Amino acid sequence: MRTEIHISALRKQYGAVTALDGLDLDVGEGELFGLLGPNGAGKTTTVGILTTRVRATSGEAIVAGKNVITEPVAARAQIGVVPQQPNPDLQLTVRENLVFHATYHGIPRAEASRRADALLERLGIADKGGAKAQTLSGGQKQRMMIARALTHEPRVLFLDEPTVGLDPQGRHGVWEILNDLRKQGRTIVMTTHYMEEADQLCDRVAIMDKGKLLALDRPAALRAQAPGETIIDVTLDRPFDGELPALNGITRAEVRGPVLRAYAPSPATGIPAILGFAESRGYTVRDIHLSRPSLETLFISLTGRKLA
Amino acid sequence: MTARILGSLLLRDAVVARRDIVGIMIRTMLQPLLFTFVFGKLLISMGMFPKAYATMIIPGIAGLSLTTSAIWAVAMPLIADFGFTKEIEDRLLAPVPIEVIAIEKLFAGILQGAMTAMVVLPLARLIIGPIPGLTLQKLPLLVLMIVLSGGVFSALGLFLGTAMQPQHISLMMQIIFAPMIMFGCTYYPWRGLDHFPVLKYLVLINPLVYVSEGLRAALTPTVPHMPMPVIFAALIAITSLLLWLGMRGFRKRSIS
Ligand SMILES: Nc1ncnc2c1ncn2[C@@H]1O[C@H](COP(=O)(O)OP(=O)(O)OP(=O)(O)O)[C@@H](O)[C@H]1O
Ligand SMILES: [Mg+2]
Repeated sequence: MRTEIHISALRKQYGAVTALDGLDLDVGEGELFGLLGPNGAGKTTTVGILTTRVRATSGEAIVAGKNVITEPVAARAQIGVVPQQPNPDLQLTVRENLVFHATYHGIPRAEASRRADALLERLGIADKGGAKAQTLSGGQKQRMMIARALTHEPRVLFLDEPTVGLDPQGRHGVWEILNDLRKQGRTIVMTTHYMEEADQLCDRVAIMDKGKLLALDRPAALRAQAPGETIIDVTLDRPFDGELPALNGITRAEVRGPVLRAYAPSPATGIPAILGFAESRGYTVRDIHLSRPSLETLFISLTGRKLA
Repeated sequence: MTARILGSLLLRDAVVARRDIVGIMIRTMLQPLLFTFVFGKLLISMGMFPKAYATMIIPGIAGLSLTTSAIWAVAMPLIADFGFTKEIEDRLLAPVPIEVIAIEKLFAGILQGAMTAMVVLPLARLIIGPIPGLTLQKLPLLVLMIVLSGGVFSALGLFLGTAMQPQHISLMMQIIFAPMIMFGCTYYPWRGLDHFPVLKYLVLINPLVYVSEGLRAALTPTVPHMPMPVIFAALIAITSLLLWLGMRGFRKRSIS
C-alpha cells in the first residue's frame, strides 16, 4: 500500500498548552483511517495541520505527496475538509455552496454545476439545492458539508467528528456515505470519540490522548490487545451477602450490591462457574450480561480513563 | 489559475452583495444623501448657508459614501467570518496563497466604493440642482481618486476586520468613525482649518482628509485644495501601512 499521509515528530504548542507531542503516523492510500481520542486529545489540531489551517511548531507532515508546511498551496489542491463545526456559506444556497467551492478550486463554472447536481443527488439532498444552508437539519447540513468537500474531487478527505450531534439515523447515513467513498478508493481520515464508529467503519484506528499516539492497528487487532477477559455481570434477586471464594474458570470477581461481576478468560467456562456458585448459595439469577474485550476496555487500560 | 480563482471569489461577493443591495444602499448612502438634502438644499434655500456651500460639500459627500461603502464591504464580513460564522474557512482552503483571499476583499471594497460614488454623485446633483463649479472635465483624476480612496479604506477595513471582535463594532463606530467623519474635511475644505492650526495638522493622520481634498481637486477644482502630490504621497503611505497591518492580521486570524 502506498503511503498517502506521512506524519513524523509532529508537535504543536499553543502557548503553554502542548496539543501535539511528537506524533508519528502513516496513512495508506485508499484507507479509511480513524483518529480516536477523548476531548482535547489533539485530533482537530492534527487535522488542522494536515489541512494547512494550523501551523505546526515542529515536525513534518506530507499529504498526497505535498509537504503541508512548505507547500500549503499545492497541498490544498489535494484535500477536502469537513470541519468539526459546520461552516457553510450562509449567504448562499446549498447548491451555490457546492458550485462556488468547486470554482474556488479552479473548476470551470459549467463543470462545477454539473458536479454539484450529481453530488447533491448522490448524497440524497437534491431537493435541498435551492435552500439556504441554515434551514437544513443537522444531518442534511452534514451531507452538504461532505458534498461540498468532494466537489473538487480531492485525493484525501478529512472529516472531523462527522457524526457528532446526529441522531442514529443521521449517523448511519453518514456511515453509509463514508463506506461508499471508501469503495471508490479515496483516502479518508476521520476523527471520532465514538468507539463503535471507529470499530465498525475504519480500516485502521489510531488511539491518541494528550497529543500522543497510544495505539495504532486494525480495530480487530486492537480489540485483541485489550486486556483479555470477558466481563460477566450476574444480577441476583437480592444483594449478595458474604465473601466470594476462588472459582474455577474465573480470574477474579467482585460484589456490587445484587450484581456479581466476574472476569473470565472465556464465557464458556465463566458462565457455568458463576451461575453454579450463585445458585449453590440459594440466590435466584435475574439477569446476566456479557461485555467482550473491546476498544473501550483497551482505551481504559491505555489511558486510565473512559473515552467520552 | 490564481486569476481564475480570484475571479470566482469576486463573483461570490458580487452575488452576496446583489442580494443585500437595499441594505448596502441604506448603510452607505442614506446618511450622506440626507446630509445633502438638509445642508445642500434646505439650509441653502432658507438662506442660512451661501449657495457656494453646495460646491464645498459635494466632493465630501461622494468621498464619505465611497469610503463608508469600501470599509464596510471589507470589515463587516471579516469580523463576522473570523468571529463566528467561519464562512471564510472554505475560501481559505482554496489552492492559492491566503493573501489572495485578502486581496480579493480589497478588490471587492474598491469596486463597491466606486459603485457607491457613481450612484451618490448623480443623486446628490439631482437633490441640490445645478452646482456652481462642479465639473467632470477631470475624469482621469476622478477615476484615480476613486480607486485610491477605495484602496485606502479597503485596507483600513482589512485591518479593522481582522483586529476587531464582533462586540466592538458599535464602539468602533463611536470612537473611530464619528471623529474621522467630522475631522475628515468632508463638510469643509482643509484650508478652512487655517484658523485652527493645531487641528489643521492633527487631522493629517486622517485618510479621509486626503480623500475629500483629492475629490475636491477632481470635482470642484476652483475650491482651494491640497496639492495633488501631497495627496498622492499621503494616500500611498497610509495605504501601505494599513495593508501591512491588515495582511499581518489576516494571516494571524487565518492560520492558528
Ligand atoms: N486555537 C487554540 N488555542 C489554544 N489552545 C488550543 C487551540 N486549539 C486547541 N487548543 C488546545 O489544544 C489541545 C488539543 O485540542 P484539539 O482541538 O486538537 O482536541 P480534539 O482532540 O479535537 O478535542 P475534541 O474532541 O474536544 O474536539 C486542547 O488542550 C485544546 O485546549
Ligand atoms: Mg476536535
